[in-house]
Amino acid sequence: MSASPTVPHKMPRLELSTLLTKTLRAIVLPFFGAAIFLLLWEVTSSKIQTSLGQFPGPGQVVKQVHGLYLEFRDDQERAAAFYVRQDQRIADARAADPNYAPEYRTYAGKPTFVKQIFTSLKTVFTGFILASLIAIPLGIAIGLSANLYAAINPLIQLFKPISPLAWLPLVTIVVSAVYTNSDGIPKSYITSAITVMLCCLWPTLLNTAVGVTSVSTDLINVSRVLCLNWTQHVRSIVLPSSVPMIFAGLRLSLGIAWMVLIAAEMLAQNPGLGKFVWDEFQNGSSESLGRIMVAIFTIGVIGYLLDLLMLTLQRSVAWDKQAIVR
Amino acid sequence: MKTLLELTQVGIEFKTPKGSFKALENVNLKIGTGEFVSLIGHSGCGKSTVLNIVAGLLKATTGGVVLEGREVNEPGPERAVVFQNHSLLPWLTAYENVELAVRQIFRGKKTRAEMKDWIEHNLTLVHMDHAMHKRPGEISGGMKQRVGIARALAMEPKVLLLDEPFGALDALTRAHMQDSLMEIQSDLKNTVIMITHDVDEAVLLSDRIVMMTNGPAATIGEILTVDLPRPRDRLALADDSAYNHLRHEVLRFLYEKQRKVDDFTPRSSAAKPPAQIVEPKAESVHAGEADAAPQSVVEQPQEKVA
Repeated sequence: MSASPTVPHKMPRLELSTLLTKTLRAIVLPFFGAAIFLLLWEVTSSKIQTSLGQFPGPGQVVKQVHGLYLEFRDDQERAAAFYVRQDQRIADARAADPNYAPEYRTYAGKPTFVKQIFTSLKTVFTGFILASLIAIPLGIAIGLSANLYAAINPLIQLFKPISPLAWLPLVTIVVSAVYTNSDGIPKSYITSAITVMLCCLWPTLLNTAVGVTSVSTDLINVSRVLCLNWTQHVRSIVLPSSVPMIFAGLRLSLGIAWMVLIAAEMLAQNPGLGKFVWDEFQNGSSESLGRIMVAIFTIGVIGYLLDLLMLTLQRSVAWDKQAIVR
Repeated sequence: MKTLLELTQVGIEFKTPKGSFKALENVNLKIGTGEFVSLIGHSGCGKSTVLNIVAGLLKATTGGVVLEGREVNEPGPERAVVFQNHSLLPWLTAYENVELAVRQIFRGKKTRAEMKDWIEHNLTLVHMDHAMHKRPGEISGGMKQRVGIARALAMEPKVLLLDEPFGALDALTRAHMQDSLMEIQSDLKNTVIMITHDVDEAVLLSDRIVMMTNGPAATIGEILTVDLPRPRDRLALADDSAYNHLRHEVLRFLYEKQRKVDDFTPRSSAAKPPAQIVEPKAESVHAGEADAAPQSVVEQPQEKVA
């Protein structure tokens, strides 16, 4: 066999092998990882006996997912029935008295798991957006001024490591004292959002400051030669140049916000996933542990999706397409 | 020829943790309108510092720079700079990069349509009209530098400052860029100061070559007038004796008179004296030539060169 016929064959074979490696990496290996995890989980859980019965294995968790889904469907049906009854009642009253002023009520059932997920998402985004509104402008300011940075940096370092659980009692008391309008937005929601804000402020703040200070000297010189004024300098040089760093900070912040939220909701009794876990813990039925496990996986999946969202955003705003963002 | 730019007794000291460091001393130079002047010297000799002082990005400790009778105190678009590593805003396209400068300088003086024409005109001048809407990350190093030049030209500067504009490019691209620059220069007749460490580039492009001594306290060592007729053709010049003589002059200055002392050995004081001896001569050379260079270059009889 001469060498020449083997050469054309080599190319497709190489492609095939890379394709195989890729499939292996993307599908087969994660599948194996998951399988091993499930096996270990099943084996371990069967050996743990608790006061609430056996520790739930994968099968038990799947059953609870189904149970929670059924509860959600029942609740939706009940809500639909409630609105049908309400409309009927108002129509009847109108028929009897044309001047009847109808009073519409919203359905107030026990919050279901799905509703709690949405409450959690709303709370986390409120806290995260509040934090970003403070952290980005402040970060730009301390990035531009070394004096301001020197003044504020010790405070940042002091407040950064504080746990949400330490903030929460203070925030709760202050919110109760300041916010007295009890019919509007629930206090627990405000308390949770503010706690989230206090904890997820820091990565965005520091990253923005670093992004602003690390604007290349060349670009600053361009700005000086063009005699850009302060606003133009910030808008056309500083901000775009630090956008990748700002978004890296925002992504870290949202991750922290989601972690903090669960703890905050537990203690503040905000009707989200944190409260769900707490209520199940207090409830102590034989199904509780399984339902908590469902909540844990939900928290993980949503956290992952939030991170994915931020990663997509981060990639879409990055002007340096060569930079590896992961 | 009228003197456009004048450097008088320019010197600069930098504060370092080890005390002050005198980078430049007694730099005197007059540059006429339309003249192309190169600054050449070993790396670290303060060429870029001179350029940054003219640009206004650095402030001279002693002496000063006067442009058209006004002292230079701060950066400004009438002294546009082309930086060595292009300095384009990476998030903007080539067009938008030039637009940033044009909008800033011609605000209220040009209409939106006129600005668009002007931006496109300058990008066409540097042969970048085909890739106007690409970002710096999508074009080659040479193309980025072309956009940088277009941006500077679009500012209609009184003096164009080029800080080793082709230093980061490969030899072939560099030659191509030099030809482009000569072509643009023959049309626009800008006043240019260019930093370079490439001897061929200096001789090919310049009307005068300012050779700097080694630092610390670097200054102008010699000034060489390049009286080769324009347009200059690099192939024809390769065998030209006048060209080779000029090239030789620059090389002799750099490698005999200003031999770079190895950075790892302590600077011997023996390496310095030639600079001091040359200095007064340099003064007398530039004083007379500043007013005569470019026009006489064009009318220079061929036989005098050959």
